Amino acid sequence: MNILYFLIGCSILMALVFLAAFFWSVKNGQHDDMQTPAMRILFEDDTPAN
Amino acid sequence: MTAEHLQALNCYHCGNEVPDEAYHTDDKKFCCQGCKSVFEILSENNLCSYYTYNINPGRTENRRNTHYEYLDEPSIISDLVNYRDNDITVISFYIPAIHCSSCVWLLEHLYKINSGIINSRIDFLKKEVNITFKHKEVSLRQVVELLASINYEPALSLQDVVKEKKDSVNRSLIKKIAVAGFCMGNVMLFSFPEYLGLSNFEEQFKHLFGLLNLAFAVPVTFYCGRDFFISAGNGLKNKLINIDAPLALIIAVLFLRTAFEVITKTGPGFTDTLTGLVFLLLIGRWVKQRTYNHLSFTRDYRSYFPVAITTLREGKEKPISIAELVVGERILIRNNEIIPADSILMKGKGFVDFSFVTGESAPVLKVLGEVIYAGGRQTGEAIELEVVKPVSQSYLTQLWNNETFKAPDTKIVNFNDGIAKYFAIVTFVIAFGAGAYWFVSGDSGKAWAAFTAVLIVACPCVLTLSTPFTLSTVLGIFDRNNFYLKSTDVVEQLAKIDTIVFDKTGTITSPNAPHITFCGQLNDEEKVIIASLGRNSIHPLSRQIVKLVKADVYFDVHHFTETPGKGISGKVKGKHILMGNSVLMSKLVGEACFDTSCVHVEIDGGYLGYFKVSRQWRKDLKTLTNILGASNTLHLISGDNASDQEAVSVIFPPGTPTKFKQSPQDKLEYVAALQAKNKKVLMLGDGLNDAGALKQSDLGVAVTDDVNNFNPCCDAILQGDYLVKLPQFIQLAKDAIKTIKRSFVISATYNLAGVFFAVQGTLSPLTAAVLMPMSTVTIIVFTSLCTRYFTFKNKLK
Repeated sequence: MNILYFLIGCSILMALVFLAAFFWSVKNGQHDDMQTPAMRILFEDDTPAN
Repeated sequence: MTAEHLQALNCYHCGNEVPDEAYHTDDKKFCCQGCKSVFEILSENNLCSYYTYNINPGRTENRRNTHYEYLDEPSIISDLVNYRDNDITVISFYIPAIHCSSCVWLLEHLYKINSGIINSRIDFLKKEVNITFKHKEVSLRQVVELLASINYEPALSLQDVVKEKKDSVNRSLIKKIAVAGFCMGNVMLFSFPEYLGLSNFEEQFKHLFGLLNLAFAVPVTFYCGRDFFISAGNGLKNKLINIDAPLALIIAVLFLRTAFEVITKTGPGFTDTLTGLVFLLLIGRWVKQRTYNHLSFTRDYRSYFPVAITTLREGKEKPISIAELVVGERILIRNNEIIPADSILMKGKGFVDFSFVTGESAPVLKVLGEVIYAGGRQTGEAIELEVVKPVSQSYLTQLWNNETFKAPDTKIVNFNDGIAKYFAIVTFVIAFGAGAYWFVSGDSGKAWAAFTAVLIVACPCVLTLSTPFTLSTVLGIFDRNNFYLKSTDVVEQLAKIDTIVFDKTGTITSPNAPHITFCGQLNDEEKVIIASLGRNSIHPLSRQIVKLVKADVYFDVHHFTETPGKGISGKVKGKHILMGNSVLMSKLVGEACFDTSCVHVEIDGGYLGYFKVSRQWRKDLKTLTNILGASNTLHLISGDNASDQEAVSVIFPPGTPTKFKQSPQDKLEYVAALQAKNKKVLMLGDGLNDAGALKQSDLGVAVTDDVNNFNPCCDAILQGDYLVKLPQFIQLAKDAIKTIKRSFVISATYNLAGVFFAVQGTLSPLTAAVLMPMSTVTIIVFTSLCTRYFTFKNKLK
């Protein structure tokens, strides 16, 4: 059952990676503006030629 | 009428009514040259998708300032930009016109119009655009002119220059919540085996789990919980027990007892309670801190003032920034520019619109040698002035030198902090009592256990959650009813109000849709002539007059001229017609109508009469004052003269103290005098002249008709049409405080149940871990149901 020690270590490590990823996204300002990206995604890529 | 039909009648760009066929292109109709030229720019650059995302996405803007020479000055540029190196410049603008997805689309495709612009990003809620451009290819001035040419003129004000960097408080709080949540989840995972019971074989993990939990508790206590210790410490330094004091004590006790139990291998400790508690407390703080990004409550005169001003030095025009302006300097103010400092009129005719300052929009005539106070907007020809006082010492701006504006905002003592003292005392008495009892009985182990357990269980955590949750729900309800509060503390303040002070102009009068009547005689032809001339002007009064006169046919107008601040003139059917204020008329007009809110009409030198523009009061004022007057004392203070006294006395209940001709400073002192009598004052105001009173009052509410417009510094912003709901808002705030007090009783019941186990020294970590979330859930359900009920009862959305 010593494998449990290893698994516990792995689980904590993985959780830490996710926590770090969240920290990075906060620092990057990804949560600053929650409104505009929702509009932006609906725009067409190219303007149809008139 | 179908939508398509409407579209055909209205301007393709902005959706306004199209007066005639004068402006059209590609079978699309426009209401004015401005809209047409924006369309032309967009279609030239293949940006017509702008019109596909929304119908009539544009806005007609009154071009305010077409002079951007100052944006070529290096010192001003460096004040404005966020970042600049050899190749690129990054700058943020606040653009009030942003209102729909088309705006976002267009402003993010600016690079198609000018290749010097590398990219532009919009923050929709803040109405902010962040532009990166190559300054060797396109200058800052060209970028701003480009934005103005497509009717997205950025608001460049003095406050932009002294832009304070947005505090990162919120970000650090989010990080703390993340850490607390992360630790809480992991601690739960490692605590479960203990709760479910461990077999002999699994016993070997027990100590490991304990140590891991302790490791998770360290960042939760010292990183996430740090603010509670700091705030409690600050409170104690000022000999004050705030709500954070018992919280900090509990966190410390939980951590110490856990550390002791784990290290001595005597038990599992209370890590799950500790991490859960801190996590919930931080969530409560976050709920409390959420604010409106798109509204600003802290604006002062700097938001109204331009960044730069044109000075005349040895006859040459030179733009300088406002901060460099010194006494004695000659300045040039063009049409629609703001006078930044008290100065003497040296050349030209001043028609100054003080609507920013007083809320009164009729321009005031100023003659040579007269002192013009800062904050006025010149309408008409360019004038030259000599500065007599520096910007910060002017009549208007010196208000901000008043002590009220320097003192930190300490006017709010909330329910939680008020009760914290008693809470702490009771908890300590019980804890010491239980500890002493067991110690005397000779069981020192149980004494320690009982003492700490009482402290743990008596946690006021529910209290710190119920307040932010209740108040932020109330905030959301107010929001839906167009009443925007600065913070949740303001709700508690609102519940205590007993005195209400009204400002007159702009607050209880409606600035829009004035009531117009014609005094004199008009025949049908004259009516048509007036309408034909009037529809050429975009001035709101002209539009109102055209609507009033109602002509079916229109004549052609030749030699149309519009003199800002005076009126309009032109030749219709060979007749020369003048419409405007008394200055424009060729003859001296009668005594009775010297008022500036009159539009006189003269055809071929013959005076016909005038349109009387009377003040429009807001709807249902009488009902409002009746309801408010029943439980509050009402006051009215106005900067205007007493001409409206009669009308006012009808609206307000008899005996309402009324004061006219009050300067901004007088208003501030009036409010302060009421407060000295121990009154809780709610001030309703709109203009900059109320700014002092709004700040001084216990609760300053800015009444405005466009919440995105500039408004003075205040605690809350209320949309004018919703003023009648004020009694309901106050009632809901009172009900919310009632809810909080009731939830306090419920949480105390839970605490007593916990204390029952705690004093016996038999509190198991499991009981503690179950009690806390259970009481939390109960309280949150209770408060949200109560708030719903009260919202319904008060007939709010």
